[in-house]
Parts: sequence; structure tokens; C-alpha cells
Amino acid sequence: MRYLPLSDGDRAEMLAKVGAKSIDDLFVDVPQEARLSGLVEGLPTHASEMAVEKHMRALSKKNLAAADAPFFLGAGAYRHHVPASVDHIIQRGEFLTAYTPYQPEIAQGTLQMLFEFQSQVARLYGCAVANASMYDGSTACWEAVAMASRIARGKKKKVVLSGALHPHYAEVVRTMAKFTEDEIAGAPPSLTPRPDDDGLIARIDEETSCVVVQYPDILGRIPDLKRIAEAAHDKGALLIAVNTEPVALGAIEAPGNLGADIVVGEGQSIGVGLQFGGPYLGLFAVKDEKHVRMMPGRLCGETVDAEGKRGYVLTLSTREQHIRREKATSNICTNSGLCALAFSVHMTLLGEKGLRALAAENHRLACIAADRLSAVPGVTLLNAHFFNEFTLKVGRDARALVRDLVEKGILAGVSLGRLYPDSEGLDDALLVAVTETTSEEDIDALCGALKEALK
Amino acid sequence: MSNPNASGWKPGTPVEGHNAMSGPDTTTGNRALMLEEPLIFEIGDTETTGVDFAFAGKLDLAGVEQPKMPTSASDTTSRLGDFARDGAIGLPGLTEPETVRHYTRLSRQNYAIDLGLFPLGSCTMKHNPRLNEKVARMPGFADVHPLQPTSTVRGALEVINELAFWLLKLTGMHGVAMSPKAGAHGELCGILCIRAALEARGDAREVILVPESAHGTNPATAAFAGYKIEDIPANADGRVDLDALKSRLGPDVAGVMITNPSTLGLFERDMKAISDAVHEAGGFVYCDGANFNAIVGKVRPGDLGVDAMHINLHKTFSTPHGGGGPGSGPVVLSEALSPFAPLPYTARTADGVVHLVEEESADSFAEEHFGKRMQSFGRMTAFHGQMGMFTRALTYILSHGADGLKQVAEDAVLNANYVLRSLEDVLDAPFAHSGPCMHEALFGDKGFADGLSTLDLAKALIDEGYHPMTMYFPLVVHGAMLVEPTETESKAGLDQFIAAFRSVAERAKAGDESMKAAPYYAPRRRLDETQAARKPVLAYEEAVPEASGTGMAAKYGGG
Repeated sequence: MRYLPLSDGDRAEMLAKVGAKSIDDLFVDVPQEARLSGLVEGLPTHASEMAVEKHMRALSKKNLAAADAPFFLGAGAYRHHVPASVDHIIQRGEFLTAYTPYQPEIAQGTLQMLFEFQSQVARLYGCAVANASMYDGSTACWEAVAMASRIARGKKKKVVLSGALHPHYAEVVRTMAKFTEDEIAGAPPSLTPRPDDDGLIARIDEETSCVVVQYPDILGRIPDLKRIAEAAHDKGALLIAVNTEPVALGAIEAPGNLGADIVVGEGQSIGVGLQFGGPYLGLFAVKDEKHVRMMPGRLCGETVDAEGKRGYVLTLSTREQHIRREKATSNICTNSGLCALAFSVHMTLLGEKGLRALAAENHRLACIAADRLSAVPGVTLLNAHFFNEFTLKVGRDARALVRDLVEKGILAGVSLGRLYPDSEGLDDALLVAVTETTSEEDIDALCGALKEALK
Repeated sequence: MSNPNASGWKPGTPVEGHNAMSGPDTTTGNRALMLEEPLIFEIGDTETTGVDFAFAGKLDLAGVEQPKMPTSASDTTSRLGDFARDGAIGLPGLTEPETVRHYTRLSRQNYAIDLGLFPLGSCTMKHNPRLNEKVARMPGFADVHPLQPTSTVRGALEVINELAFWLLKLTGMHGVAMSPKAGAHGELCGILCIRAALEARGDAREVILVPESAHGTNPATAAFAGYKIEDIPANADGRVDLDALKSRLGPDVAGVMITNPSTLGLFERDMKAISDAVHEAGGFVYCDGANFNAIVGKVRPGDLGVDAMHINLHKTFSTPHGGGGPGSGPVVLSEALSPFAPLPYTARTADGVVHLVEEESADSFAEEHFGKRMQSFGRMTAFHGQMGMFTRALTYILSHGADGLKQVAEDAVLNANYVLRSLEDVLDAPFAHSGPCMHEALFGDKGFADGLSTLDLAKALIDEGYHPMTMYFPLVVHGAMLVEPTETESKAGLDQFIAAFRSVAERAKAGDESMKAAPYYAPRRRLDETQAARKPVLAYEEAVPEASGTGMAAKYGGG
């Protein structure tokens, strides 16, 4: 057994040391009727590295990898090129096989990285402070709603969700709110060229603890956060901005600079990869330092050691479950440390210049794609504005269309029918995302296939 | 016992002419391989990048017209409207060699399992097999989108289903919710299933019972789900006091959260009786599965009457902790709770096809294939859960098989007992009298000299080259030290660790004041946590230029 260093001789010696005749003596506290006499039934026994790899490779090959087809999926997860050095660094054992940095004197590597990560996220979001990460964008979104409720001290229970918030994020918020008795006011998105900011603002009232707006939204449109922030603040509500594509913030203004109080999002685009949905990286930041003690999750802070050297520690942990137990700001313990490292390394490689170039390239290709695709007969572009993702109306059931295009070897995008199975009137809409990994040939392939399919 | 230091050298060993540990000051603040590293904000700048963009997306450049580098996101052809970001962001960049060096230098300031024994109790820091990493990076797993048409991700769904199959077999449970992102998220999933099941029968119960020895996540989770928390009393052995529990049960108790094996490293002997009593009173049993490593392949929680248990794939099933995540916390469920599991889930039908069941299809799918409606409590995360952890955990499980996993539990328990019995003469072991421990050995600070604490012992252990054990947890033992060696340690490795632990324990009892200033040999001495909390500095801010001679390197050391 290649992962188990004890030999039978060791085991015998150690059993003698602990005064046990057999290993069963160490399991005496397990009632006989609960103890399995043999192996768990119906399971295979151990296998060689080669055999396991072969089995797993066969399963892997049953999937169509994004790199093997013209690929246009987004809707909260984006395919970007990740430099090879990112994966090299996150596979260093000192990062990969370390624990949460509870002993700071021997965890400065992780801690300094987290401090840098927090600083990068805060700047990207236009905020004062970011935490050391959450599970993913959707759970960060819920944690932001819960935090807004805490700030409102339970006096305001209404949470206004933009209709164009990612439906899975909205569903997570609705699920959790059932148990905290927050009242969730949502609506399905309307297929208009611009987000319905007026409609959203009209739903904010004195009972509202927070307004949740995705930026860019699920249809790729760009809401006017500044106006919404002013309207929310007028009613004493907080604005929570949700961003699922951090690359966009290399091109469009940061939510924190537009008046958002809490900015959360998915960090997967930078460094993490698609991975069929997880692990991803929840980003969480606040505009104003005064809200820091209400934040969920781990925070890394700067301090000095006994010799006066600069160093880093996890701090303000009196908010957290291991100290506060049932009074904690969140039950979160493990977060996404290694994904935060991947994000931070990739962001360091990019730097501001690289991020801006990356964002510009995404937008340039998206503009090309939008123009060429909307020239296909039967296809119209919905968006007045977009970054690297937009909505097409295709005049037929887009869900079936996506399946038809798979037959032609094209991963065409995400149909709104997949995202909103219960909503009427969204069936003919297709979300298309374009990144630097999309070539013009890919775009032309999609155009050709669409032309064929919509004949 | 083997020699704990084969080289024979120790700090302070006289070397002719000088003391090896206290050489001259260095200009850089570095000490040979101990390298100081500034922040990226101090060494990078916004004009440097380590990424080249091949805007044509082609390597064949000859004769091909290259699209121009876009000038600005806000140029006239943009579709960004009035939303372009014009101001500085302040993100520093480094070239690739600088980046690799920065993070490599940082990595060397970390302790890790790859470097040595990492005996954090309840955290199960076992070896992370590298085959897991290789498999997780196969393109069919790493490079697939969560919303691809299901016909293009059959293999991914099969991974989820195969892993679910193993988890159900190993636990003897009925269903499994795969999407929870970590242990605490899994706890929340289990408690929400319980609440949904109670609500479905119109039963509004308000209280969850949690023992004092529980992980902090347990009460935090139950409180988040809207429950009041009450303590479960313990008996002198540290186990749940069954009679006291029985007398507390009643129509207001929604359930109990019990960690088994417990955080004291003990198996709850009365687990089945506890479950029966809770069920009889109309409640449900949540089991915190953080310590499943001690019993995997030996005991099935389903046989003990458990209704819900999360499994930390990043503990028992060897997926890496990564400096604090990502984890993965699938929750196995009893038949009574299974219909309430969160979406999405995957299920294999009689025809062998693996189905992805989301909001739209849940009811019809469940009725068609399982003869009853889903009553899912909702959705916990955007997508399907931690796929990257599923591939790693399944790889690990297949490597070990049923026989290997049983051996895992046995070796983990044997190693912990070996530590317990090798140190109980020098350290107070409050529950050692009650029989063997499971996968972790618990000690207290009784007998330490005045003024010396568990913290001091931990920091002295750092100087000996070990990551310390879990400290001050569980709360029920004064100055608790919870040692979990795991099964991936050799006997020689344990012997050296025991010798080191014994020596620091003896120093603590003898009143060695030098321990108060430990560690001496780590990249940093003790850090001032009070200052960090009193005046939090949580993000980098550019320093105000200072008088000459006190530049960044002089101020912070190194450079």
C-alpha cells in the first residue's frame, strides 16, 4: 500500500508498546454490532497507480474539453488562458500541503500571499478591504446579504435582488433567506437592451436592507451602478455589487468607485480555470473600513514580530466561529486559499498593464463576435452595451439549438432556458461569451453553424 | 528509540572560532537560505507585465496580418458605453522569472506536510498523493464548463456518481448531497435538510443540542439556520451523558450535532442508543464527520442511526488543504432526509445513465425514477460542487480500495495510540484512563511550571521542526493539545516526533523560561497579534516617502 509507511513489523512493535494484542483492541469502544467484521461489501480492493490513472483517464475522455471545440460558454464561469507558471507555483508542496495559517511564524508564505491577494482584490474592486476569500461567487453573494442584514440589525428585512442577478446566485440567496427570515424581492430578467435600472430603483424602500446588482449582469449588460447606489443610499439601504467576470474590471469602472458598499464576486477567471464548476474563488470586499468587523471569513493583517520585523497574521478572529461559536458572523472555516494563490499569481503576472490589455482583447473579440453573429439571418443582438458576453435572440428554442450545435462540434453558449427553466419568454435567448482564448476562426465557425441551423 | 538527529549537530554546539547560529549581520537581512521577501507592491509596478498577448492567436506570423493591439478600452469602437475605467487601478506586475522567484521565496516560509509531520488534531493532515493532482488536471476534468450540455460531460457526471457510490457504501447511508463546498457548508446542508424535513411534517422545533467539545462550526451553523443552541452534558469519560441527554429531549428539540469519533479522540460508545433516543423524541441526528478517518472502512455511520453526516474530502480522502482550502463537504443522508437534499444532484438510473438533476427536472425525475417527489430545500452554490476535489478523492479511494481504507483507519488509530502511550508519562492525558483513543491523542497543560503555557510548548515545538498540534481545543480540557499524526507517518518519524515532544514537555514542566520567547529559528519570532487586531492593516498602502536612509528595505529588512 504505497501511501502507508508502517510495516507489519512496525505494527506489531507498536501494538506491544500500547499494550494491545491486536488492532481490534484499539476499537473496543466501537460496539460489536457496529463493527464490520470484514471489508465493506461490494467495493473493489486497492489498485496500482497505473490502473487508477487509466480508469480516470477513460472517464476524462468521456468529456468534451473546452479546448477541443469552438467554445462560447460563460454565465458565471469563463475560460481564460492561465500562464503555466501559475500551476507550477500552486503545486509547490509548501503551498499545496499547508494548512490554514494558525501558526504564523511558520506560515508567512501563505499569510503574505493572502495579504497581497486581499490588497489586489481591494484595488480591483475599488474597495478599502477584501477578505482572504470565500467558497465561490454565489456563497459570497449570500454572505454579503447576511452581512447587510447584520448592519441593519435585523430592523430591515427586505432584500431587493436585481432581476438580472445570476439565477443560481439568486437561488442560493433565496434558499438561505428562508432560514434567516429575510424577505427576498426578485424578478425574472426582462429582455431589454439596457438593464431595467428604473424598475429596480422603484422596488427599493425604507424597509430595504440591501440591493443586489450584478455588474455586468447575467445578460452581459452593464447597469448604472452609480444611480442605483444613490437611490439605495437615499433609502438607507446598502448596495451589494456582484461581479462574475473580474477581467471586466480591467475595462469598466470598479463597483466600489461607483458607490457600492459591498462588492463580491467570482474570481475563477483569473488563475483558477473552469473545473466543471469548482473549486472556485469567492471574492468579498467592503468599500468602507468601518464595516470590517461585520465581515465574514478570514482576514490577514500586518503586524511585527518580537524583533520588530514585519510579518502577517490572521486577525479580527473574534468575528469567527472558532472563537464566537453561535455568535459568529459566519460559520465559514475552510475557504479557497489555494485558488486565492492562483488568482494572486496570475494577477501578479498580468499587473495593471496586462489586465488592461487582457480586458481590451476580450472586448475587441467580443465586438467582432457580436457584429458577425448578429449579421446571421434570424439572429439579433440584445445588448446596448457589453464587455465580453452578450445575449442573442435566435428566433427558436435556444436550448435545443445548443444541443444541435454540439452535434457539429461547437459549444455555442448558454441558453437562457437552461438558466431559467420556469420563466416564460426567455427560450429564444442565447448567452455568448468571448475571451482571449476565442479565435476569429471559432467565431466564424459559430456563425456558419448558426446560419445552417437557423435556415 | 532511534537517534532523533542523525547529523549529531545542534544549535549551540561549540564550533571552533565562532558560534554557528549567531554570525555577523548581513546587508540584506537574509541568512543564506532564509530569504526575506518584499511585497509585490514594493517590487512590481503597473507598467510591467509577465504575460505576452499573441493577439492573432496564431504562431504562424509570416505573411499574416496582425490585428493591432487595442489602444484603450474606451476607444470609439467600444461597446462599454459610459462605463469605461479610466483611473489607475494600482495593480503591480512582475515578469515571469520575478514572479516565480517571489512565490518560491514565500513558499519557503511555510511549513507543510511535504516537509514533515503536521499533527493538527481534527484536521487530518495526511500525505496528499500526487496522482490526485495529475488526474485533476486531465483536460476532461480541468477544462470543462459547468453548464456544458450534459452529453459533453458524461465522464464528469460519472466521477460524481462513482464517488457518491463509494461514499454511500462506506457510510451505509441512503443519499448524498455532493455540492457543499467545505465541512461547514456541509454542516449547513445537513441542518437545513433536518429543518426542511421537520417543516414538511409541520413540526416547528427550535433547539439543537451540541456538546461543548464540538467544533465551533457546529453551533455557528445551527445558529445560522435559526436554531437555539443548548449544551449536551458530558460524563467523566468525556463522552455524551446519555441519561442527561434523554432527559433533555422533547418536542422542542430538532436534533443533536455530535462529532464521532469526538474531538477528544474518543468513540461515542452509546451512539446507537443516542440516535434511538433522539429518533424516539422526534428529532434527527447530525454527525460531524470531520474525524471519519478513524473509522473509514471499519464502521458505517448508517448502522449507528445517523441521519446526516458531512465528509471532509480534504481530510479523510486526502485532497490538499492548500493553506486553507478549497475543501469539499459532501453530506450523506438517511432515507428520511434524502428527499430534502439541495440541487443540483446527480443520479444513476436503472439503465446505467448518469443524470444531472437541476431545478427544472427535479420533481419529474424523482417521480419517474424513485416514485416520489423531491422536496429539496433549495440550492447551496452556483454549480455542482468541488469537482476538482471529487476527482482527487475518487483517485485516492480507488488507489486504496476497501482493504486499503480499512488499513488507513487502523494505522491512523495505531499511530495516535502510540503517541498517547509514549507521552502519557510526561504529559497529562485526561482521558487516557478511559481506554484507547481513536485517531488523535489529547493532552492538557496540568503540571506545567507557573507562567508556561500550551502556547509556549507549541512555539518550542516549532523550533524542533514541527508544526504544532491543535491548541486550546477542545475547550473542555485546560490548555488542550490535540495530536493527530495520521496514518501516513512512519514509526521512525513518530519516534523522532515523540522525542521532540517529550523534550519540550519536560522543559515546560521544569520551568524553562526560554520557551516564552520561542520560536527562535522560524522565519519570524512571535508575532504581535494584539497590535494586528487593535490597529488593523488589511491592505497595502503606498508608504509616504521618508527621509533618505530609511528606504523600504532598511525599514522592513531584506529586499
